[in-house]
Amino acid sequence: MELDIVALSRLQFAITALYHFLFVPLTLGLSILLAIMETVYVMTGRVIWRQMTKFWGTLFGINFAIGVATGIVMEFQFGMNWSYYSHYVGDIFGAPLAIEGLMAFFLEATFVGLFFFGWDKLSKVGHLVATWCVAAGSNFSALWILIANGWMQNPVGATFNPQTMRMEVSDFYAVLFNPVAQAKFVHTVSAGYVTASLFVLGVSAWYALKGRHIALAKRSMTVAASFGLASALSVVVLGDESGYLSTEHQKMKLASIEAMWETEPAPAAFTVFGFPDQESRETHFAVRVPWVMGLIGTRSLTTPIPGIEELVEHARLRIKEGIIAYDALQKIREVGSTTAVSAEVRDAFEANGADLGYALLLKRYVDDPRLATPEQIDKAAWDTVPNVPRLFWSFRIMVGLGIFFIILTTTFFILSVRRKIDAYPWLLRVAVFAIPLPWIAAELGWVVAESGRQPWIIEGVLPTAAAVSSLGASTVLLTICGFVLIYTVLIFIEMGLMLRAIQKGPDPDTEPEAELISPHIVPAE
Amino acid sequence: MILHQFIDYELLRLIWWVLLGVLLIGFAITDGFDLGIGTLLPFVTKTETERRIAINVIGPTWEGNQVWLILGGGAIFAAWPPLYAVSFSGFYLAMFAILAALILRPVAFKYRSKRDSDRWRSGWDIALFIGGFVPSLIFGVAVGNVLQGVPFRFNNDLRVFYEGTFFGLLNPFALLCGVLSVVMLIMHGSAYLMLKTDGPIAERARSYGALAALVTLVLYALAGIILWLGIDGYVITSAIDPHGPSNPLMKTVAEAPAGWFSNYGAYPVLLIAPILGLAGAALAFYGFRARAEIATLLVSALSIFGMIASVGVSMFPFILPSSLDPRSSLTVWDASSSHLTLFIMLVVTAIFIPLIVAYTSWVYHVLWGKVDANSVDDKSGHAY
Repeated sequence: MELDIVALSRLQFAITALYHFLFVPLTLGLSILLAIMETVYVMTGRVIWRQMTKFWGTLFGINFAIGVATGIVMEFQFGMNWSYYSHYVGDIFGAPLAIEGLMAFFLEATFVGLFFFGWDKLSKVGHLVATWCVAAGSNFSALWILIANGWMQNPVGATFNPQTMRMEVSDFYAVLFNPVAQAKFVHTVSAGYVTASLFVLGVSAWYALKGRHIALAKRSMTVAASFGLASALSVVVLGDESGYLSTEHQKMKLASIEAMWETEPAPAAFTVFGFPDQESRETHFAVRVPWVMGLIGTRSLTTPIPGIEELVEHARLRIKEGIIAYDALQKIREVGSTTAVSAEVRDAFEANGADLGYALLLKRYVDDPRLATPEQIDKAAWDTVPNVPRLFWSFRIMVGLGIFFIILTTTFFILSVRRKIDAYPWLLRVAVFAIPLPWIAAELGWVVAESGRQPWIIEGVLPTAAAVSSLGASTVLLTICGFVLIYTVLIFIEMGLMLRAIQKGPDPDTEPEAELISPHIVPAE
Repeated sequence: MILHQFIDYELLRLIWWVLLGVLLIGFAITDGFDLGIGTLLPFVTKTETERRIAINVIGPTWEGNQVWLILGGGAIFAAWPPLYAVSFSGFYLAMFAILAALILRPVAFKYRSKRDSDRWRSGWDIALFIGGFVPSLIFGVAVGNVLQGVPFRFNNDLRVFYEGTFFGLLNPFALLCGVLSVVMLIMHGSAYLMLKTDGPIAERARSYGALAALVTLVLYALAGIILWLGIDGYVITSAIDPHGPSNPLMKTVAEAPAGWFSNYGAYPVLLIAPILGLAGAALAFYGFRARAEIATLLVSALSIFGMIASVGVSMFPFILPSSLDPRSSLTVWDASSSHLTLFIMLVVTAIFIPLIVAYTSWVYHVLWGKVDANSVDDKSGHAY
């Protein structure tokens, strides 16, 4: 990768997004776990559950602070580094971000203050409401950001306006109820729940191994194992749903994940292992399971899944149609509006306008796409193939980890039902060492989703290379260094504080057992 | 979607121009005292306990207040995409500096009391100071540059090119506005400290606040005079179509001496904005001297409202003028989202802003009262 502005802007976005996403999954899941634990406290009146809420709340706070801080960077970066993107799709993409602020951030940020400062100032139920508001706020924020991201993957409900040279919303419901966004939302929040569950499980397992805070550890493990199991199942099921949806909307992403160079007769085989080679367009040492891919991708035995080479041919056709649209657009803009041009030009634009973005792919090679040579069109068509080995491996590691999470949480769930949750030290050790794994899976999930969309920033609408700001490469390099420096220092401080807080353990809670809301609820024990 | 036709495009653009102002003013008034207290921290507090009291004054609410900024960014993106694209990429390094400061701030609040070490804490105190001072300064500098016009242009595809430098932003008038912004927020932060604390912190806040109010008054007046005598405004010289497409290149624009004052000639009622700015600061000065706790905070907020509003109404209909290619300037009539998006965002805002105001007020109500040494005594382990 040469150091051009596009590569640098992508690098900066990847660094800041992957870093931000170290903190988001834990916030999403831990906020719900806190709310569950506090609900048990309020219903049973048992002080241990309040102690648990406060202890995990301390860890939540350490994580939350950096999540908030790095989130602002994400929002500002679209305008800073991707100004043509911001202009081109701001009419659609900006709305969910603003709604995220209105609906989610205010809720989350306002009540997180009460969560930490309000224990003595609120009634039990009042404080519980604050905790649930924090959980709802963080999960709503995931909803809106994934509606925005889902639109980048599947840009529905918008049309190009030649007068303003940008995409404008035509059907807001389509943007809102974009099936890709819905699947992504559930998949992503479930991944967050798994992350938090394995975090709570692992830390508690460590206490159990050390023989410290046993009461807190066992209860925490029980909650984490059951919540974790439900979430791990949900991640995989909804992950499958997004796989199914990408056969409809992002065929190239799916073909690249599977390193399917050629279209196979249905039902296609699933490549479990292999070394995809982008240059020679084949997969070395492939280990394949017949039928599986066809079943996952199409849920039928007869529908074929198009391979990469076939999709490149499609792209070549769409580029040619895009050139017609581009030509019509230039004519429309010369006279100023769609109504003033000849019917012929208008029809050409309407028939081919959906492929305008494909003509923009040529901008890398030629300033005016209408002058492109067949070789340039061929190159641009092959540009629509993302980095196949990266996708192939990221996806397989992610799925492998997902299956491991189901096994692990199922094991601990069964143990907790049998009241033997801390009976097997070797299993506890596995749980401790499993703590970082959900983060790896989540980051790889981001790589699959975003890297798989390349070369598009908006699938089929705007190429990433056309979306950047006109900044100097050295300027962006400078801010990359700045972010890396700040982020590196912060992650060490954060990890240090986390480990100290875990080492220290919960604060003793000497206050008497609280009164029950209702005498009919029997305290659990 | 036909509903949006009931509110015409021109009115929606005006409403969103007002809402943009509301957001910026909301941010300046609520997060303003947090930023001001951050800047004041090394000066109003001498001992560790005092410092913790000052930090805990804003501890429970700074996070919610900062959301005004995030929401401001989101709302500009959604309602004024060209403004978002031009300003965020044009002021690239200044934005980075704000981000760096705002990354440090949340972390400093949360982490400061996590370890019992003087070096650790004084390190985070510096971060809190930077997190208060740097954004206050840059916001002011940005306004100073906007008033002078910013060197950007659009090409035919509406791709934006910014041709200024980072150091070009630091011109004398912009720096004056930057200092004004810092001092204005110090005034506001002092007013909040005076309300929320007692004893030596409140006393020091009073004297800093009175001084800041006075300096705010003088600098604001000075900036106004310079703007009148030395800085050209802009006027649209072609026919204006308030319902037209959002394409800035369809108009022509000329520079006009004292152009930023022509709106006051046409609509003298607008003078209420600068008058509030001046009167608020003057009253705040007396408020600090008279120990009028709530009243001082109120007039300080009024002063901030007046000053920011005066920038908006002076420039109307311009939002971001271009000094390089005046016709590229962004105005209310050619830099907004589509009719439908503005309408949808208005509906969403109308639903959520009352909710937000309701629960935010409730939280302030719950946390009402003075913060003193007892309330920062670390029993729960959660006070900062």
